[in-house]
Amino acid sequence: MTHLPYILAAYGLTVAVTGWLSISAVLRLKKAQKRLAALEASRDGKRRRETT
Amino acid sequence: MTATPGLMARLGDLFHRYANPGRFLRLSARLQPWLTWPAIIVTAIGLGWGLFVAPADWQQGDSVRIMYVHVPCAWLASSGYFALALCSLLSLVWRHTLADLAAAEIGPVGACVTGICLATGSLWGKPMWGTWWVWDARLTSVLVLFFLYLGHIALIRAFDDQQRGYRAAAILALAGAVDLPIIKFSVQWWNTLHQPASITLSKAPTMSHEMLWPLLICTIGFNLGFVAIIIARLRAAVMENRIRLLLSAPAARGSSSGSVTDRSKDQGEQVA
Repeated sequence: MTHLPYILAAYGLTVAVTGWLSISAVLRLKKAQKRLAALEASRDGKRRRETT
Repeated sequence: MTATPGLMARLGDLFHRYANPGRFLRLSARLQPWLTWPAIIVTAIGLGWGLFVAPADWQQGDSVRIMYVHVPCAWLASSGYFALALCSLLSLVWRHTLADLAAAEIGPVGACVTGICLATGSLWGKPMWGTWWVWDARLTSVLVLFFLYLGHIALIRAFDDQQRGYRAAAILALAGAVDLPIIKFSVQWWNTLHQPASITLSKAPTMSHEMLWPLLICTIGFNLGFVAIIIARLRAAVMENRIRLLLSAPAARGSSSGSVTDRSKDQGEQVA
């Protein structure tokens, strides 16, 4: 009996789950960076308008 | 008698200095590529070595190649939970937001790693033992670890007040740490179908070096990957906290100051 399907399933599952974890972490980080940069830019603009 | 409080205070100062979210963001942004790229390269080398180069076992045949994903995940599941318990302890003792956030981010990743460990163990068990699952001490204690991770995730989200969720989850994480020595010693304490440890700190490994090297390389790669994912998630969580703070600041200024608790104010200062 060949063990190939079990080996491929184990490696496939590991790569798929770790890949999903990695990609979701990167996407979440990029989204947070973008949103924070936009918020801080708008806050700084508001402060500048208030001082002038 | 005074040495212990003094030491605790010094540790607390050290922890607060290095766990400042602003400092963490700057430090982790520099550290991230040095973890991510080595993790990808080392894991790819380890998995390729294990799958194509390492020899088959004389008894188990090619199915032993599942070891190169199963064993690193098993070690990572336990060490990840140890990190979760440590963050919980830091959170309960020093009540630092970064420890709460770290514990919240370790939980889902640790659960996924434990899930992979159980699934790959099952895929290894079917051709070797003739069954997907047995209720032996090692398998059952790892399943309990998986449920502890799930419980931690659920408990954090179970309360309207997020701080109560963090406290409850931290207590669960600390209580659940008792499962770690049970997992480690289960194959010695009970007669299990699962094999005993092939690699220990006190004795020479019982496997050939041709198998040991790819296993160690996979373990290093998986550990680097785990830390890289946690740091990326933690950076995102710190930024999301700051976003919430910035969005709530105008509303908080508009409302009465009595509605904001001291604890929330303190956290706002920490996150900012």
